[in-house]
Amino acid sequence: MAVGAQVSSWPLKARIRLHGTPNVDVRLELPPGITVLFGPSGAGKTTVLDCLAGLRTPDEGEISSGDKVLYSSQRRIDVPPQRRHAGYVLQDLGLFPHLTAAQNVEYGLSGSDSRVRRQRAMEWLERFRVQHVAGRKANLLSGGEAQRVALARALARGPEFLLLDEPLTALDLPTKARLMEDLVAWNRENPIPVLYVTHDRSEVYSVAERVLVISAGRIVASGRPDKVFDSPQQLAVAHATGYENILDAVVIAHHADVGTMTCRIGPELSLECPLGPHPVGARLRVAIRAGDILLARERPNAISARNILRATITRLERRDMLVIARVRTGETELEAHITPGAVQSLELAAGVSVWLVLKTHSCHALRD
Amino acid sequence: MTTALLVSLKLAAIVSAALLVIGLPIAYWIAFTKRRWRFLVEAAVGLPIVLPPTVLGFYLLVALGPRSPLGAAWIRWTGDPLAFSFTGLVLGSIIYSLPFAVQPFAASFAGVDRNLLAASATLGASRWRTFWRVVVPLSLPGLITGIALSFAHTLGEFGVVLMIGGNIPGATQTISIAIYDEVQALNYAAANQAALILLVLSFVLLTCVYGLNRRWSGWPWR
Repeated sequence: MAVGAQVSSWPLKARIRLHGTPNVDVRLELPPGITVLFGPSGAGKTTVLDCLAGLRTPDEGEISSGDKVLYSSQRRIDVPPQRRHAGYVLQDLGLFPHLTAAQNVEYGLSGSDSRVRRQRAMEWLERFRVQHVAGRKANLLSGGEAQRVALARALARGPEFLLLDEPLTALDLPTKARLMEDLVAWNRENPIPVLYVTHDRSEVYSVAERVLVISAGRIVASGRPDKVFDSPQQLAVAHATGYENILDAVVIAHHADVGTMTCRIGPELSLECPLGPHPVGARLRVAIRAGDILLARERPNAISARNILRATITRLERRDMLVIARVRTGETELEAHITPGAVQSLELAAGVSVWLVLKTHSCHALRD
Repeated sequence: MTTALLVSLKLAAIVSAALLVIGLPIAYWIAFTKRRWRFLVEAAVGLPIVLPPTVLGFYLLVALGPRSPLGAAWIRWTGDPLAFSFTGLVLGSIIYSLPFAVQPFAASFAGVDRNLLAASATLGASRWRTFWRVVVPLSLPGLITGIALSFAHTLGEFGVVLMIGGNIPGATQTISIAIYDEVQALNYAAANQAALILLVLSFVLLTCVYGLNRRWSGWPWR
């Protein structure tokens, strides 16, 4: 979905400046749908959510939901959190431990008839498939149940926008996937702006229509997840999105006819990168995902990839279904991710020499 | 002796009930204020812990006496003097036992996870509702401790009571003063009897408090 193509009934807009660690200076414009706020820890993600919810006051800025101004430093408006109509699922959920799951959901519901409130709470628990724990104290819920109850509690009030702070961090993969499906399905029926904070790349692709990358208190990139993550333009984005290999480089030649440029990494190492607006002689960085590097035992020929480098494996490290291979080519050490199966069939081990294969488009030239 | 015990129990009951009402807002303010001079209020509330009871009693006597503005106003209003009366005793005891209620209250309020308060606010709950529905239930052990301590402390107080209450049997003579009187009269058997009652009462009370708190701390959310 193109950003702004759908005119929102109540888009969330914010300009927030706040002194702190880090200093936060962001502008956001959230259409209905799920927008991920992605960045490493300490980048200011929770601070942004707290400001939107009214739990922290920015030093300067403006926040509005639809035509309602929630905060304006200039006009001295600061609507308290109670009247912002925000749904906020805090990082540690903030479920009331002395109340049951149903009482937690009821807590936020208005209306004087307790039977009606109880029934609505049950409907929400059912909707998030946790009606079976309605009578259980919140501190006795499992991680997945607690997440669902917290979501139900935030949504039951019919918020005008929803803030989720790493809502799925503690969950195992299947639980995570089901909850994300439920969230996306709910949002399709209730198109309100959702700001979803995470530092987990895999969550971004599953839920987000748009991603904002935050680094050291500033938004450094925004757009569709595949665009932002798969072709970073700036160093900060590559850092924030977890590129494993970021190398210093100098542009030594342009090949305008084939759309590439040659970047020298070290005395014996040059890489063909997509042609960019960098003059010959420019110093820049080249970012390469570990998963984009192929390993071969023999030099491949008749292959479209432009970068084929001789290298030696210095270390192999197994992590779950992934093997992290450290390889040295010339003076440069790179990280490559391969499967345990590949290690077996290629008989890879420390000290073995290999060929690294890198597509031109896997080498991203970055400006600072 | 029974009369003195009844005066003591009545005094302790009224004072701890009053401290629940007065102590909650003071403790709330201490636990949640962002004012820089909070430490001044904390120090003032804590003063009776370190001050000799005679010093506190002396100033209270001056403050409640018929020549003080408060004492004079009280006489104009009720016709009775405040010093050397049961009412004066209640006032003095409230001040004397204030820290024993406020400090456990404030400590348990401050111990409530701030994220729960944030969650409550985003769910639309006012501070009042958050206080009664979240802060108080999660602070129950501290509230019980505070009430029990101020009850026990009032029951056993001596110096302040003697200074501002005098020693009027049936009105301001508490059990601890009665014990002192019996010892002065070399009536050790009666003193022993009263002392034993006070000892057992205090022990039972503290056992209940610690027993209750142990059960509470056994709940998984503590």
